[in-house]
Amino acid sequence: MKNLALTLVALFTLAAVSCGSKQESKKTGNTTLSGDIKIDGSSTVYPITEAIAEEYRSEQTEVRVTVGVSGTGGGFKKFYRGETDINDASRPIKSKEIKICEENGISYVGLSVAYDGLAVLKNPANDWLTSITVEELNKLWVPQAQDSIMYWNQIREEWPNEEIHLYGPGVASGTYDYFAEVICGKKVGTRGDYTASEDDNVLVQGIATDKYALGFFGLAYYEENKDKLDLVSVDNGNGAVFPSMETVSSGEYAPLSRPIFIYVSNKAAEKPEVVDFVNFYLNSAGDIAKEVGYVALPVEEYQVEIDKFDAFVKK
Amino acid sequence: MNKVQINRIKDKSFGVLGLIATLSGLIILGFFIGQILHEGLNRLDMDFLKDLPSRKPEKAGIYTAWVGTLWILVMTTLFAFPLGVAAGIYLEEYAKKSKLSSLLEINISNLAGVPSIIYGLLGLEIFGRVMHLGNSLLAGSLTLALLILPIIIVATREAVRAVPNSLRMASYGLGASKWQTIWNQILPASMGGIFTGVILAISRAVGETAPLIVVGALAYVPFAPSGPMDEFTVLPIQIFNWISRPQHGFAVNAAAAIIILLGITFIMNGIAVYLRNRWQKKINW
Repeated sequence: MKNLALTLVALFTLAAVSCGSKQESKKTGNTTLSGDIKIDGSSTVYPITEAIAEEYRSEQTEVRVTVGVSGTGGGFKKFYRGETDINDASRPIKSKEIKICEENGISYVGLSVAYDGLAVLKNPANDWLTSITVEELNKLWVPQAQDSIMYWNQIREEWPNEEIHLYGPGVASGTYDYFAEVICGKKVGTRGDYTASEDDNVLVQGIATDKYALGFFGLAYYEENKDKLDLVSVDNGNGAVFPSMETVSSGEYAPLSRPIFIYVSNKAAEKPEVVDFVNFYLNSAGDIAKEVGYVALPVEEYQVEIDKFDAFVKK
Repeated sequence: MNKVQINRIKDKSFGVLGLIATLSGLIILGFFIGQILHEGLNRLDMDFLKDLPSRKPEKAGIYTAWVGTLWILVMTTLFAFPLGVAAGIYLEEYAKKSKLSSLLEINISNLAGVPSIIYGLLGLEIFGRVMHLGNSLLAGSLTLALLILPIIIVATREAVRAVPNSLRMASYGLGASKWQTIWNQILPASMGGIFTGVILAISRAVGETAPLIVVGALAYVPFAPSGPMDEFTVLPIQIFNWISRPQHGFAVNAAAAIIILLGITFIMNGIAVYLRNRWQKKINW
């Protein structure tokens, strides 16, 4: 018993000592920077931020970059409390969030870093579907379609009289929000009788084994599964557009592609390590975006963002 | 067929049913473990344990995750063990039967059933925001300590109650005070049970993800924590993060990380069994 008590006391002391010994060393020179950079926010932006943070490790070894995944909205909640330096966002900041930022005295700059695209997908054995219009997608996915639009030929007459099986991400994902908003309208949501999974592998497997399937998920994930699924062109009234790096970055593949952002707060921009990191981010985002499956902005666009950030830092 | 034969058949069939019930859990567990081992065992090597997180699955490792898990484990124990055992002893040995003590008892049993995410929200507000601990190891481990406290209290009470009353009487008879009796007789006699309860509770804490996500454990942490105020990640979060990636390489990584997590849990349970046996041997009344 005595030994146990002694051990406990020793452990407590140890914990207390290590508690006190944590030091913030901060050198501000041109070459070595140090300090912490806290990033949180969208799971959509996470892969690209993670990749850049990883590359940055070899650039500035003393700077500790951490990345969380709270979702765009959850991230902004921390951002406007001043708990994070940078927020990953898969949509522009909302007016409600802007208001709270103002109340808390936090100003910020939003920088677009890449494009994210949604892909509409079918089984390779499906030979009747090559393109679909936004109206048809709307007719198929709106909540009213539940239990009424059940067959392919209800969407277009020449399509087969077979049941249609729908696949898509779960309602908690940013991808779902994005699809629901551009296809069905704001705050409407979609029908509920589709196979929903947060795990894109489940969706890939589902569509790949079902001839009468139709689904959607991030274009980035399609790149990983090219051999199992086929893309569908989307027609928004100006002719069918096949999703590709070119049509996404030119904005032709609308409405199913969108820019993704990082938001930097004014307090964070006072720290040299954050300034250095954000510049590194914008300079390498083009290459990294392709690597992790996003679509890069045109080169001159990155320069525009860098200038925008420069102006913000000087202010 | 007479009644005796029917009863005999009933008897036999219940035995078979019981065997199936017992095996079903084990078979499914065995199947999962087999699959995980098949998928992840080849990925396990020293580099996997030493590498930092990466976007390339073959370069990614779990160094920061297992170090974070170890920190959480030690700190959670430091908070939960003394508090839980003290509370258990108080309720069993000191508390008089009163409205207050029965209210306490009901609340503790209820707390044991509260979903862990609720503890996460509580931890975020109290430890993270009010006490300004942020998303540190300290906030995380305090939250988990709260989560497992009821389990430890219940286990302690069970263990203390199992000590025969004659032992207490004998101790008092020799002139020992209440505290002396507890410290010298009851605690040593019930330590096996208490340890078992504590370790099982901590094994549960090691696998928890939800409360830590709420408190703010991160997905990407490229450094091992050096103190209780550092940000952190833990194995379950790393696994969750990898599972949700589309690339197959990350699924393999997740399987390998699961093997490590299972290993930690098995080792903890092993220690619990060992301690129970050791303390039981020591006691000879």
